[in-house]
Amino acid sequence: MIEFRTVTKQFPDGTVAVDALDLVIPARQTTVLVGSSGSGKTTILRMINRMVDKTSGDIEIDGEDIYSLNPVKLRRSIGYVMQNSGLLPHRKVVDNVATVPMLNGVKKADAREAALTLLDTVGLDRQLAERYPSQLSGGQQQRVGVARGLAADPNILLMDEPFGAVDPIVRAELQQELVRIQRELGKTIVFVTHDIDEAFLLGDQVVLLEKGGRIAQAGTPADILSKPASDFVATFIGADRGRRALRVEVVNGRSVVVDEDGRPTGVLQS
Amino acid sequence: MNWVVNNLGLIWSLTLDHIALAVPPIILGFLISIPIGWVANRYHASRGVLLTISGLLYTVPSLPLFIALPAILGTGILDPVNVVVGLTIYAVALMVRSVADALAAVDSGVRQAATAMGYSGWQGFWQVEFPLAGPVLLAGLRVVSVSTVSLVSIGSVIGVSSLGYLFLNGLQRNIVAEVISGIVATLVIAIVFDLILVAVGRILLPWAKADPSARQTRRRTAERALTGTVTS
Repeated sequence: MIEFRTVTKQFPDGTVAVDALDLVIPARQTTVLVGSSGSGKTTILRMINRMVDKTSGDIEIDGEDIYSLNPVKLRRSIGYVMQNSGLLPHRKVVDNVATVPMLNGVKKADAREAALTLLDTVGLDRQLAERYPSQLSGGQQQRVGVARGLAADPNILLMDEPFGAVDPIVRAELQQELVRIQRELGKTIVFVTHDIDEAFLLGDQVVLLEKGGRIAQAGTPADILSKPASDFVATFIGADRGRRALRVEVVNGRSVVVDEDGRPTGVLQS
Repeated sequence: MNWVVNNLGLIWSLTLDHIALAVPPIILGFLISIPIGWVANRYHASRGVLLTISGLLYTVPSLPLFIALPAILGTGILDPVNVVVGLTIYAVALMVRSVADALAAVDSGVRQAATAMGYSGWQGFWQVEFPLAGPVLLAGLRVVSVSTVSLVSIGSVIGVSSLGYLFLNGLQRNIVAEVISGIVATLVIAIVFDLILVAVGRILLPWAKADPSARQTRRRTAERALTGTVTS
């Protein structure tokens, strides 16, 4: 469990990115932070592994103040996956995955062996292990990034718009893969995105953020869809338009679900 | 040609002298430039000052420098150390900009990833930033190598033995073959050094060949290093 208590982050230029945030991120679930740019979502994420230092407030992991820990050690115990994979271009795929365990003191041969197993986990061919990141496609690099995030077997996995830079087909594939991995591993995942569909797809809990890291609404996707807390939320999730404004029409004696334009999207099963 | 055949021994021993004088400044210049370039890149305010000073160093004429150094260092006027120190100064002048540019060219996303994975500052520099700066550093080092090999000759004017002797002696005695053999031998050393550096790069930076973006950055920065020093 990760807990933020009245956490504020003000950058040196005076911008208040996060203002008195209270947030509980439950263990072994996926929490998605979603908001437009400037909503402070990445700042919140990076305060968890102290890539960004809070200005005030308390951040605890399982009841332990993260400021009582060495930041480098803290980061080695938390997986991190970023946009554009952030792979080290001068290390082969297998060595990229083995990096964090090796920083933790695992022997190179053991770390590499474990890395190969992780490539299986994220659905990558072991033949790619000896390639350099630039020789992989964007989707493959992102999978390596996920494998690297999992390499130290962390309890917590932070994911900063990890699928933002790949094409929609590959993104859908990676999302499904993450759902599968999470079902198997049950990590505490904190996932940042600006894509509300991605948030609803992946999140057990979705936290919708307004400017300044203020929580507009937090809850399960069903909660938020069924009861948007404000006009801002309703607009952000597109509750009033397109394929979220569904209604039922009876056709040939069956209940057909149609969208705003009257296009059928499916049939209700009784 | 007769002159060359009769003096092969002399050419060879001068070539060895030349190499012995050229290698230390290249290595020292590289090592000294790393911390200075790091500071120039790390602290924005210092960048302009450090790069301008190092650029100006290159404009100090070499002959007066070689003559002034014994007075500053307390060395004898014929001491090869004067040449080594002088050439190291020029190497630093060229290399500081390359180091700063090379470090600046490292993708900030990769740097952040290194932090996120749990590299400490020191580890992150030596294991991530420095190797990733390698291709641009190498491009800068190749310029330094060629420059140093050609400048060593000037040491002969103040009596420190190098291939420069062949130009001076050849001009005084009007032996064209001697002058040409000096030029050719200098060129050969420069080319061999360059080939060695390229080979070392191939071995140490195998990933750079696989990464087309690195190659582009490298070329751009090398061009900037050259034009930068010419104009400053």
